Amino acid sequence: MPREIPYREALREGLDEELANDDNVVLIGEEVAQYNGAYKVTEGLWKKWGDKRIIDAPISEAGFIGMGIGASMLGVRPVMELMFYSFAYVAFDQMMNNAATVRYMSGGLINCPIVVRGPANGGTNVGATHSHTPENIFANMPGLKVVCPSDGYDAKGLIKSAIRDNDPVYFMESTVLYGAKCSVPSNDELEDGELIIPIGKAKVKKEGADVSLIAHGRAVLTSLAAAEILSEKHNIDAEVVDLRSIRPLDETTVLQSVRKTHRAVYIEENKPFCGVGAQISSMLMEQAFDDLDAPVLRITSADAPAFYSPPIEKMQLPTPEEIVERTLSIC
Amino acid sequence: MASSTQKPQSENYADDPINSSLSKDEKISLLRDMVRIRRFEQEALRQYQQANAIGGFLHVYIGQESVAVGTISLLGDDDHVITAYRDHGHALAVGMNMNECMAELFGKATGCSKGKGGSMHYFAPDKNYWGGHGIVGGQTPLGAGIAFALKYNDKKGCCLCYLGDGAINQGAYHEALNLASLWDLPVIYIIENNGYSMGTSQARSSAHPEEGLAARAEGYNMDWEQINGVSIYEIRARVKEHIDRAHEKSRPAILEIMTYRHKGHSIADANAEKYRTKEEIQEYMVKHDPIEFFKKALIDEGVITEDDYKTLNKEAGKEAADSAEFAHNSPFPDESEIFDDIYWEVDNNTEAGRTGRHFFHG
Repeated sequence: MPREIPYREALREGLDEELANDDNVVLIGEEVAQYNGAYKVTEGLWKKWGDKRIIDAPISEAGFIGMGIGASMLGVRPVMELMFYSFAYVAFDQMMNNAATVRYMSGGLINCPIVVRGPANGGTNVGATHSHTPENIFANMPGLKVVCPSDGYDAKGLIKSAIRDNDPVYFMESTVLYGAKCSVPSNDELEDGELIIPIGKAKVKKEGADVSLIAHGRAVLTSLAAAEILSEKHNIDAEVVDLRSIRPLDETTVLQSVRKTHRAVYIEENKPFCGVGAQISSMLMEQAFDDLDAPVLRITSADAPAFYSPPIEKMQLPTPEEIVERTLSIC
Repeated sequence: MASSTQKPQSENYADDPINSSLSKDEKISLLRDMVRIRRFEQEALRQYQQANAIGGFLHVYIGQESVAVGTISLLGDDDHVITAYRDHGHALAVGMNMNECMAELFGKATGCSKGKGGSMHYFAPDKNYWGGHGIVGGQTPLGAGIAFALKYNDKKGCCLCYLGDGAINQGAYHEALNLASLWDLPVIYIIENNGYSMGTSQARSSAHPEEGLAARAEGYNMDWEQINGVSIYEIRARVKEHIDRAHEKSRPAILEIMTYRHKGHSIADANAEKYRTKEEIQEYMVKHDPIEFFKKALIDEGVITEDDYKTLNKEAGKEAADSAEFAHNSPFPDESEIFDDIYWEVDNNTEAGRTGRHFFHG
């Protein structure tokens, strides 16, 4: 019987293993140490690793993220937690100008092995300021990598790869998923003795023949629920593809899926304008035009700031029903 | 405890042990380093204005040379440097050569950043020199991070993080100060106060205690000091104790070094003689020029003669002219370079660098 653990615990295992793996790994963020993490992702790590490795930062994102970037230039491997990825905007200059371009501007003399992780999602009734989904914004910048794991298995395997990566990796999680359980094998069940998932490989979550539902982050789960309805009520066999990382992007897996199903829908909780789905539909247009039997559809969050009122905010995000309805329009 | 020490201007800093222990050659070397910076930048200005060989911005350091040379001359193997966009002086002071610096201005493949950074973005990590940063104040958290890394690795070193007087109102700087003091990071922020943030005078841009800009350090429980930057002896004598404290106690400090830029904010500063009077500029160029000041000191000490200085100046001018020739004769980067130096993993052809699509053009 494979063990099932919550997303946050899987993530914590990944962090813990990398703290053990490399003395240069250090966790820094608001409430990550003595408070045990605002979402308990880092629970117990301070007690285990102590003040040197697990550091509580003041509320000062531009300062501590920039400090982490500076430390990473000298070989420290900081894993910085943003309590909300929305707070990245406070540290935007550091994350965009310093982390992303210092390698280029130094002609390759410097690199920044930093991870900036935290939840990037709406849907929790905290208003627009705390509900941003900046994966498309950061993925727009060459030099950065953007990873959006949709379950605990991927979160663990990908955070370990992110920490070992020698480039800046912006790792976007979801507060809604932290408690979601999934099967994550323990290391002694694994041939390699550890769970490592390379960044840049998408995953077919459910095979299907009629339409490709392509998504990232929590929208993958919404898509899986939609696929179930499509199968049960409409006799449509949808394939669900999880990008897992936005940049680098696994175009091959997406193209293989669409060449099989001839129909594609991109689903994301990001905004539509220049969203990840825009990139994917452009890519399909250029590389799979003759394989498509219908226009590529995009289902995103509503093109408006996040609404506070709980029942209304729910309507802003993609639902299985919306995915079913829109998918039926091209099937 | 935070403190400020005000030493009288009249003190003879030449007699301070850090200066009196210098050999004749070492003293000449300090002067030569300042002159080399000046001649390099004079040549760069010429190449920009007359030969049209340089693009974009060119922020020259002329008038401020004593700050970079004086402070960097105090550093050891585990000490590091990071600065803003007026970075040519610091680059030459840490030992970067004129050829790579001039070629970078020309956008040539032989430039220190292979032509990818330009004037504002010089780097030499092998010389503990971490840039060269274009966004005002953006380097100040990085300076704290360099100090963090030194402390994390139990190195007895410090980071000198330079900024201009115009940068002290950026939020990132204040966040960095708080972290540096809170976490006992061995970083020394050096405000090179040339009186103007671009065309806006200090009086019109910064609210500060009467004692000066560095006195804001009191609010972060940090040591601070205001130093007259005309004399390289004074800079060395008064900065040394702060470096020692950073080494011994891992404590940060803010030093404000009073200086003056003879030229405009950048080469594009058409108003350089409008927001300042010609008389003011002349006064600093004639009476408070750090090179003239130190040259006179060394002649008075009998270390050099006027002729020695002429020779030294000529040599520096030739080195600068040669660097311009080197830059002219160097090739531009190959177009294929556009996609190098973006991702370490791609550059090194690792499995991670080969997994997934990294670039999306075309």
